[in-house]
Amino acid sequence: MQVIRTPKVYDVCIVGSGAGGGTAAKVLTEAGADVVMLEGGPMWDSAKDSAMFKWNYESLNRGYGGDKKPFGEYDGCIGGWEIEGEPYTVGTGDWRWYRGRMLGGRTNHWGRISLRFGPDDFRGKSIDGFGDDWPITYDDMKPYYDKLDQFVGIFGSNHAAQTGLHNEPDGFFQPPPKPRHYELMIKQACDKLKIPVVPARLSILTQPHNGRAACHYCSQCGRGCATHSNFSSTSVMLPPALKTGKLTIVANAMAREVMTDAEGLATGVSYIDTQKNAEYQVRAKAVVLAASCCESARLLLNSKSTRHPGGLANSSGVVGKYLTDSTGLNVTGFVPRLMDVPRYNADGVGGMHLYVPWWGDNKALGFARGYHIELGGGFGMPTYNYGGGIHRYPQSRGGGYGKELKDEYRRYYGSFVSFSGRGEQVSREDCRCEIDPDVVDRYGIPVLRFHHTWSDQERLQAKHMQETFRTIITEMGGTPTTPMPTREKDYGLAVGGLIIHEAGATRMGNDPKTSVLNSNGQAHDAKNVFICDGGPFVSQANKNLTWTIMALAWRTSEHIAEERKKGNI
Amino acid sequence: MRDLKRRRVLQILGATPALTALAFTESEAAAVGQQAQAARSRAAAAGQAYKPKFFTAAEFAAVTALADMIIPKDERSGSASEAGVPEFVDHFVSIQEERQVAMRGGLVWLDTECRRRFDKAFLGCADAERRQLLDDIAYPAKADPRFSHGVRFFSALRDLVAGGFWSSKIGVKDLGYMGNVPNAWDGPPQAVLDKLGLKADA
Repeated sequence: MQVIRTPKVYDVCIVGSGAGGGTAAKVLTEAGADVVMLEGGPMWDSAKDSAMFKWNYESLNRGYGGDKKPFGEYDGCIGGWEIEGEPYTVGTGDWRWYRGRMLGGRTNHWGRISLRFGPDDFRGKSIDGFGDDWPITYDDMKPYYDKLDQFVGIFGSNHAAQTGLHNEPDGFFQPPPKPRHYELMIKQACDKLKIPVVPARLSILTQPHNGRAACHYCSQCGRGCATHSNFSSTSVMLPPALKTGKLTIVANAMAREVMTDAEGLATGVSYIDTQKNAEYQVRAKAVVLAASCCESARLLLNSKSTRHPGGLANSSGVVGKYLTDSTGLNVTGFVPRLMDVPRYNADGVGGMHLYVPWWGDNKALGFARGYHIELGGGFGMPTYNYGGGIHRYPQSRGGGYGKELKDEYRRYYGSFVSFSGRGEQVSREDCRCEIDPDVVDRYGIPVLRFHHTWSDQERLQAKHMQETFRTIITEMGGTPTTPMPTREKDYGLAVGGLIIHEAGATRMGNDPKTSVLNSNGQAHDAKNVFICDGGPFVSQANKNLTWTIMALAWRTSEHIAEERKKGNI
Repeated sequence: MRDLKRRRVLQILGATPALTALAFTESEAAAVGQQAQAARSRAAAAGQAYKPKFFTAAEFAAVTALADMIIPKDERSGSASEAGVPEFVDHFVSIQEERQVAMRGGLVWLDTECRRRFDKAFLGCADAERRQLLDDIAYPAKADPRFSHGVRFFSALRDLVAGGFWSSKIGVKDLGYMGNVPNAWDGPPQAVLDKLGLKADA
């Protein structure tokens, strides 16, 4: 294959255009750097390419998306757990790897749940002895969370004082949307159980902000917002970067490896143009990997050289290790009071209006870390699977057919609520990814092999979720309809990777023997290599990652800009 | 809920200044609505002369008859076949290979059972005869174990028919789903809060 080398040397090459890459592009271009960004998938513009306002009945699939669109036919994210020609393998345990292949990456997928970590989340080991502390504290991160809140726009409330939860720091919030009826019912039940229910924190605008329109409440954030009222990298981070005139985006560019010189420093990135099937090399003075936690680890491991025989920035052997996902499981319940509720447009924003932050005291619980609860229910747009399994619904006629059945389907509309626990996995060295020695993808790039299992820390947490959700449903006068799983089934824990919160595969730390990056997200072994995705995380939290990925990326990018000013890069 | 007028929607959609090549324009925003409208018209026009992709003509006729027994026309809305359910079932089975043997085999099971009882295939049976059979397979918890294969088939078909009907234009209107329009959000109406004994403030 012919290799095409571009003569230009950029200041920075960013691999990936999602949460981390988008943030890095904004901060670096605004600081004057000439940046080239490689994206493995196509360009995508939610103003033109979104399926917003489409009805399910406009297609015979009625919203069913199959493997290509696991979150529904009209979902905006191109990618999935299975991508043709891009395999991965599993060794010990089990794992699924969701990849976004499009401009903006997985910011086109996520639920816009934007929870900043709290002080405890950076020092887990000091508190309970598990995992490791971060080399930075909440105080180091606070200015960047604040900048994000103010630049991106997020609704929520400062509920720490109200709930007494010290690990839920304040931020800068737009007014939250009023709760839906079933959310108020859940809160009513939780008040009795002393479980806090507070406004969710989602990066969706309830007021116009920085030239973006406020939400129009169609609940279809997942399809891509044509008015840019929710956060995605393409709606929020890339426009100001492009405005500087200093950002060049190369789409359909699948990065293969980071090139290095005799000193072991990065000189650029080689990539496959997926449309022409040709190899290109782009040169840069610094490389920022923001390809996603595992994809960045894969790039490092595939960048072998004399100076970096075990892969770039891997003298510690830690690249790929300490891989975590959030714990996750769902419980659904039928609530008779919700039958025959007068209809109204209950769409709201594309996600929950209320949620439950972690409230437990781990000293009394027998497991180390916590979880938050995401609430679901209401009158959604009916899809291909509406009414499925009605013969098993509590209080139903047990099946049947005809006019009575038709009436029954009507009465059950909106009568179910769901609870999704999303919690923290304790990081462990043996949960990891590595290069599979036998398998390459369609571009000839060696693929990842995953090893991932849950420990009793997560199993006991899952049991607590199961029991709590069932208690809430019962308190609401309802009946759980999800069967209670056994311990052998990990109490219903989703297989690792299904929650799409991978973190830790290139973790930061002060000791180059036990970490890949220093506290600035800079490789210990190569001073012009940085990582801006979930890889640098030393631990998860009971909070979604994206806000911390972006705050870290912002901080790392400011560090790169300063080092450039000093002439160190 | 106050649905916004179209002009107001376009004002909101047009409120974002064109930042870069990535930003949208007012005409593009309008095009989003127009595309949806056009697709809706196409879907409505496509109702006639559907050629089954998976089922034979006889199978498709049986599926149509069964679908209309599961969800018949009533005073509030049309029947399953009026909502395009047989087409949906055929399409769905055609794209989900794992369902195909069970669905085809289930229809044969039905014919075999009808022949045993009435000496004719399902489509040849009178309404009362068809109902006698369905009564034996439509209630899984109560059904005689010797009909278990029919029960399994009918439960799967009922789920497909329901999904197809309630996600159709007719079904969505019948259920009273009122969303998929730009609007201003001010929480649930007072009537809903009153019925449930709730206060608006969280």
